[in-house]
Amino acid sequence: MNKIARYAAQAIAYLAFAALLGYFATMPPYEYGDPAMSTVKVSLSHAASRVKPCVQLTPEQIAEFAANMRRTEACERARLPLVLELDIDDEPVLRLTAAPTGMWSDGPASVYQRFDISPGEHRLSVRIRDTARTEGWDYERSDSVTLEAGRYFTVSFKAENGGFSFR
Amino acid sequence: MALLKRLLLRLFERVELVFDFAFGQGLNPFVWLGAFGWYFFWIVAGSGIYLYIFFDTGITNAYESVEYITNDQWYLAGVMRSLHRYASDALVVVVILHMSREFALDRLRGKHFFAWITGVPGLFFIYLCGISGYWLVWDQLAQYIAIATAEWLDSLPVFGEPIASNFLNSTTLADRFFTLMVFIHIFVPLFMLLLMWVHIQRHARARVNPPRPLAIGTGVVLVALSLVHPAVSQAPADLDVVPAVVGFDWFYLPAYPLLEVIPGGSLWLLIFGTLFVIAILPWVPPARTPPVAVVSLDNCNGCARCFADCPYSAIAMLPRSDGKAYDTEAVVNPDHCVSCGLCVGACPTATPYRRATAIVPGIELPGHPVAELREQTIAAAEQGAAGPRVLVYACEHSGVESLREQGAAVITLPCIAALPPSFVDFALSRRLAEGVMLAGCADGDCYHRLGGEWMRQRLASERDPYLRQRVDRERVLYLRTRPSSHGEHAAALAGFRCRLAGLPEPSPAKRRHDE
Repeated sequence: MNKIARYAAQAIAYLAFAALLGYFATMPPYEYGDPAMSTVKVSLSHAASRVKPCVQLTPEQIAEFAANMRRTEACERARLPLVLELDIDDEPVLRLTAAPTGMWSDGPASVYQRFDISPGEHRLSVRIRDTARTEGWDYERSDSVTLEAGRYFTVSFKAENGGFSFR
Repeated sequence: MALLKRLLLRLFERVELVFDFAFGQGLNPFVWLGAFGWYFFWIVAGSGIYLYIFFDTGITNAYESVEYITNDQWYLAGVMRSLHRYASDALVVVVILHMSREFALDRLRGKHFFAWITGVPGLFFIYLCGISGYWLVWDQLAQYIAIATAEWLDSLPVFGEPIASNFLNSTTLADRFFTLMVFIHIFVPLFMLLLMWVHIQRHARARVNPPRPLAIGTGVVLVALSLVHPAVSQAPADLDVVPAVVGFDWFYLPAYPLLEVIPGGSLWLLIFGTLFVIAILPWVPPARTPPVAVVSLDNCNGCARCFADCPYSAIAMLPRSDGKAYDTEAVVNPDHCVSCGLCVGACPTATPYRRATAIVPGIELPGHPVAELREQTIAAAEQGAAGPRVLVYACEHSGVESLREQGAAVITLPCIAALPPSFVDFALSRRLAEGVMLAGCADGDCYHRLGGEWMRQRLASERDPYLRQRVDRERVLYLRTRPSSHGEHAAALAGFRCRLAGLPEPSPAKRRHDE
């Protein structure tokens, strides 16, 4: 009798172990986002202008460099921060200033933001300032877009491709 | 900290008593948690190697190849995939239980720190392996993990361009990403294996395989689970679609939901802060370290029994340094020695029968001299009680001190195997007691790893030094119980006394002959 009870207890222990592994390997499901909403991602990495413009070197100054290190301009490494604004239906959604990366602040400034928006027709306006100007914008785009529930809408930027792209 | 340890220990003892009933002490799975870690690691490695044959890297190839594994070749590769997942989950379970149990038993402070400090990084690498494995399937769960991990990594101020921008849409993701993940998923386990090897370096005869019945039982359970509830992929990843609801492996991914409520940087701090606190537990508070074993070269003949019995690889046999005619001498490594005294119990010169005025064995614990043990044994004879006198040699972790209240004389040792078997003979032949009870830790669960088994083998004349054949085994009881089994201790003592009462009078003491 005792032996049967021991085997039964062993079976229960093994079953409990299997149930533990089997259940928590997939359950309960995790709700990451609201399927009824659309998610907008803004992602860009862009090097703003230098803090000071490059200075043209004179022939005498160029000659002072070693032959293999001669250059025509002297540039300070530090770059300006990147100013970004995003409006949806003329409502400000994002206002941020991204600092340049790198120990000498000479790298690109990066932005990655994600937020949920109700699906439907919206007017998206996005702009950045990457120069020392205090007014106006260096790149901007404004478009009417359709956001779908449960789908991403991405706002990205490549200066070499002409600026912002919506997808 | 002490309260937490006590509570945890009580919890483990309660649960383990149930498992003792089901499996028996020696096969109690809780005693074999470390060995199970190795066992599950090998299952994960073996199944992973097989899966790798069919796995293809690439944005669409990865998912398709996993689908082939799961559906087209379900009978072998599919089962392997499920084994791979469930053994990985089981690995997390046993490793966390193993760490919690060693913490509760306080087997991490002092000289025990080495296994602890090398085990904690292992936990991090297990999670790294598991999480990188889920990326490879490239289903919706993989997509969620990829995006969440990338966003989490981006919270660290070390990446110039956001990693998460790689997962904006299918055009931004490169096939090479999967090559990188495969590389991580293969080389991190290899590094982990190296760490596991280091982890057991200070353990002689480390238990890296669970007993066959447990291994078979667990293996059958994993295979059965793989057949009944196979691991399957979720919908394929689509970087344009939000993976809003995902089936979730809560063994590997419990940190991810926290990202919704805690900023990524704070969560990194929380995780690494927790790992750091866990890592320094061996010094919270620092352990009081008893003096380590000392070799007396005048009495050491280099027999190497102490070397063979030491559970912590703390003794080396080196060429003789004193010019005596023996080849080797025992040398104690004080950084490894935990003062368990197993070496003293193994030393043939640690005997109460010596004629010399001072008893100095070849190896000895300064905190528990053999001469003092002899005096304690003789003094115990005076502690008379109604009925047959029982002398109890007890491991300090056995929890049998309460037997003093039952009239037994109790002499405590760091480990039951710290007792040279000749003391049992001495106590009985000198009529210092009618019976000798040896109280150790539960079978297979010796606090000092091997002591319980070494004592069993010594009593059974399977291991030097043997208990002499002339000792009436009816007068010796080797009790191996859990510290909390107070009722069992008292019942065992009562039963032993009954047995002793029924035995014929022993022959007169042979003092002159023995000494």
